[in-house]
Amino acid sequence: MINYVWFCMILAGVITSASKGQIHLVTEGILKGSEQAVVVSIGLVGIISFWSGMMKIAQDAGLMKTTARILGPLARRLFPDVPVHHRAMGSLLLAMSANLLGLGNACTPLGLRAMGDLQELNKDKERASDAMCTFMAVTSSSLTVIPTTIIALRLTHGSATPTDIIGPIIVATTCSTLAAIAVDRILRKFS
Amino acid sequence: MTSILQALSRWALPVLLLGITTLGLSKKVPIYESFVDGAKEGWQTALRVLPYLVGMLVAIAVFRQSGALDQLISLISPLTNWLGFPHEVLPLALMRPISGSGALAILSQILDTFGADSFIGRLAATVMGSSETTLYVLTVYAGSIGLKRTRHTLATSLIADLAGALAALYVVLHYFA
Repeated sequence: MINYVWFCMILAGVITSASKGQIHLVTEGILKGSEQAVVVSIGLVGIISFWSGMMKIAQDAGLMKTTARILGPLARRLFPDVPVHHRAMGSLLLAMSANLLGLGNACTPLGLRAMGDLQELNKDKERASDAMCTFMAVTSSSLTVIPTTIIALRLTHGSATPTDIIGPIIVATTCSTLAAIAVDRILRKFS
Repeated sequence: MTSILQALSRWALPVLLLGITTLGLSKKVPIYESFVDGAKEGWQTALRVLPYLVGMLVAIAVFRQSGALDQLISLISPLTNWLGFPHEVLPLALMRPISGSGALAILSQILDTFGADSFIGRLAATVMGSSETTLYVLTVYAGSIGLKRTRHTLATSLIADLAGALAALYVVLHYFA
């Protein structure tokens, strides 16, 4: 599916630019996109290194297993293929907690850490395991409890009650996360 | 309640930092060496993600720069109008899964035009806050471990985004009524 989505974006982009007689927009897009990719991935180096280091300490101290034991029952439902005492369970829970608390720049490094641990359990290294699919779907549906950026933005745009958006956001994000879990369960049978 | 949540968000990382190092020392872990050992992985992860990001961000940039997104919006707005989803928020809902910074710019525009406390403004803020940059998450997460086949994950995530947007519409209509 990713192949088709990728192709459609390129195709639509080229056709639209050509029909507007502004084909140079495609060239600009290529330059802009590749530059942005370097900025993003190199920008991640420091913070990923930092959290990988912290995770290593946590792992050496046995913290991952403790976390997994406490939050185990819920996680076992969500990721039935991951052994409860495997450190992937610990890093999954930590990544999901970081998302829940809206810890911004810690979320991606912790999420990547969890993906790395899940890869150890994965048989086909190029194909996403069921647990990875669930984790990616849940993460991309967003688990925010505290939407800090939105509140700040509403405040700067003169909202009288900037925080009253928290309730609706929690309800909406819960719906999308539940939808993600349900749809993942159904679609995994066909993929 | 809100201030408790915000304080929690502010304190969580510092507490985690102090907590992990303290626990490590108490378990006789050579914490600095462990840290450096783990931190070595940072470079590799970032480099592994790069090709995936180049591929995805170039396609997104071409798609956006060309104005194809606007075409898509005019194409599907009859359907969303029928669902009762205001067309003012549609560009945001479509941009959200593709580009985080792009979506933030649109949200800012909407709040400027309609006001933060208007129905449109609240709906836009809820759509923005209740979802993630799906394509970015998938690209970076899959790329970091070299996955080539993400199976049904993209479809799942896009359906979940749609469910989230419709839930946002329903909640904002009733919550502030």
